[in-house]
Amino acid sequence: MKVSLFVTCLVDQLFPAVGICSLRILERLGVEAEFDPRQTCCGQPAFNSGYREQARECGRQVLEVFAAADAVVVPSGSCCSMLREQLPGLFPSDSEEGRMARRIARRSWELSEFLVDVLGVDRTGARFRDAVGYHDSCHLARGLGVRRQPRQLIRNVAEIDFRELDSSDRCCGFGGAFSLQFGRVACALGEDKAESIRRSGVRYVTAADVSCLMHLDGILRRRRVPVKTIHLAELLAKFDD
Amino acid sequence: MIEISRKASTALQDAQLQRNLNHALSHALQARDEAVGEIEEWEQLREHARQVKAHALSRLGFYLEQLEERVRHRGGSVFWARDGQEACRYICDLARRKGIDSAVKSKSMTGEEIGLNHALESAGIEPIESDLGEYIVQLAGQEPSHIIAPALHFSRGEVSQLFAERLEMEPTEDVGRITETARRVLRDKFLSAGMGISGANFAVAETGTLVVVENEGNARLSVSAPSIHVALMGIEKVIPRLTDLSVFLKLLVRSATGQRMTSYVNFISGPRRSGEPDGPAELHLVLLDNGRSRILEDEALGPTLSCIRCGACQNVCPVYQRIGGHAYGSTYQGPIGAILTPQLLSLREAAEHPFASTLCGACADVCPVKIDIPKILLELRRRVRQSQAEAGLQTPWSEAALWLWTKAVRSPRLYQGLAKWGRRLLRPLAGSDANQRRLPLLKDWTQGRALPDLPDKSFREIQAQSERESSQ
Repeated sequence: MKVSLFVTCLVDQLFPAVGICSLRILERLGVEAEFDPRQTCCGQPAFNSGYREQARECGRQVLEVFAAADAVVVPSGSCCSMLREQLPGLFPSDSEEGRMARRIARRSWELSEFLVDVLGVDRTGARFRDAVGYHDSCHLARGLGVRRQPRQLIRNVAEIDFRELDSSDRCCGFGGAFSLQFGRVACALGEDKAESIRRSGVRYVTAADVSCLMHLDGILRRRRVPVKTIHLAELLAKFDD
Repeated sequence: MIEISRKASTALQDAQLQRNLNHALSHALQARDEAVGEIEEWEQLREHARQVKAHALSRLGFYLEQLEERVRHRGGSVFWARDGQEACRYICDLARRKGIDSAVKSKSMTGEEIGLNHALESAGIEPIESDLGEYIVQLAGQEPSHIIAPALHFSRGEVSQLFAERLEMEPTEDVGRITETARRVLRDKFLSAGMGISGANFAVAETGTLVVVENEGNARLSVSAPSIHVALMGIEKVIPRLTDLSVFLKLLVRSATGQRMTSYVNFISGPRRSGEPDGPAELHLVLLDNGRSRILEDEALGPTLSCIRCGACQNVCPVYQRIGGHAYGSTYQGPIGAILTPQLLSLREAAEHPFASTLCGACADVCPVKIDIPKILLELRRRVRQSQAEAGLQTPWSEAALWLWTKAVRSPRLYQGLAKWGRRLLRPLAGSDANQRRLPLLKDWTQGRALPDLPDKSFREIQAQSERESSQ
């Protein structure tokens, strides 16, 4: 099986540790994933802003990079849902591009989903001695229906004190371009989330999307809430060695 | 253009509004979840309702004509109104012809949509809202802020204050006494009004039955006490059969208020017949198009018309929860308003509506007729951009940025170069919170949030380096 890692643009440029941890987890489980440096973005920023033409152009890059992959593993629920739910719709269904897009859509997996549902593992061998809450990112939980898999992996991290957050699947307010166009509203929603995180008493909050975490971290830091954000891949890669 | 973002910022700073929204919506959500949880086959009911609506909309002309025929057969009149103006004119002319100077109204969002109160006032007819929430909003000279709870943005204390000022009530926090005051004032109005105006939650084609769901009994009085009953409904409200109601009532009421059933469900089948002791002498059904047949023709947007106006999408929407209804600046608010408003008004006027959402999808999850609201939001966003491009409304800046982004995603080297330089430029500026808040272009982010720590190297650079090292 040819496994290809789609790190996503945010991870690539702002949170490279998430990509490194994703590779490390896969490697430890005996999966050699390749990273094709021709990859750029999933196209969602343009797509969600209504720029369909530009999203299609970006989609063409995705087709070229991942056409041959047997599995595309994405450490993001949001970008994964872009590949799975939206990419095929960008191209005529009877075109070669349409067929390639559907093939990629069928073979795209969010990281925790890939680990649990495809590889059949329920733990990565990580150890983390702290209180952690999990935020269900919208596109992962409601979009792809993935709620169980990340929890299963987190619960099986050795020595972890896993706590469910209140309304864990309420939107954090990021919303892509929404976070700028409606910046104040985005922050208000983020503050609601920060409040439920604070109430839960955790010291770390994890999620499958760096976009939500970047937004939340920005708010937690401004509010001086002593809670750190950690991407799911970073948490699951806390190996002893 | 209606500027939601500006109004939203004001709403966020209104501490009283924030408390009222939080209080009302957390209760509404909990009640809805409990009521829905009792129905094991909820998902099947939703799917059934979606199909019935899709079917009814696909044969809308047929069912509307059937409805018209049955209503006429039972002695009612039917008026087809192309738009709000025609509907208002018909109702005002009717009132004037009959020498009516006041009309008592039960809650109708369709009435709000066409500005019926304003039209009645201009025609010298006093409109009296009889739903408590609508009455509060009317007394305060405002617009409803929620589909089913028009005065949701009011606290008990604010209502008390309003009634004290306008109705000479002793200020009180006792809901019973507040309600009693409204009841006392309204009771006389019911008896003196020559016309009762209602909406309709459903209209059953096979029987010509209009269904009005309510909790206060004001709709029942409105449609039975005055000698003329006018029912105003959007053409999309027709459903084929009476048996469909068992599903729709369950879905509507549990989604809307979290009740198992409302206190009153009115089945209206024509005006008073000979031999009957009471009821209105005349029933006028006004079928309002107002853009609906245009929406119906549009395959991508058509499912918007399935909406049964339960308000659940508003209650569950994190954006609505924080900004309330008025920030949308339109009759319909929250997720359903975000998709319906641009369709009823225009893409130009409601250009911000489809963007006033994080696309979190909570609305689609609760929608009792399974309208894929995020999908319609995305389609409307596409159309807004298209219309902006056609009208030359895009700023040169945004056009240039978009052009560059599109080049960059197709060229990994350009993409990496731009991102690298962006990080380099930003790093020395990013230092303190105060510095960050002043950053040009990024202010929208940094006003409320710290920037992330910027890494020296991107993932691809780190990968390339480790590959070079391992091959040495």
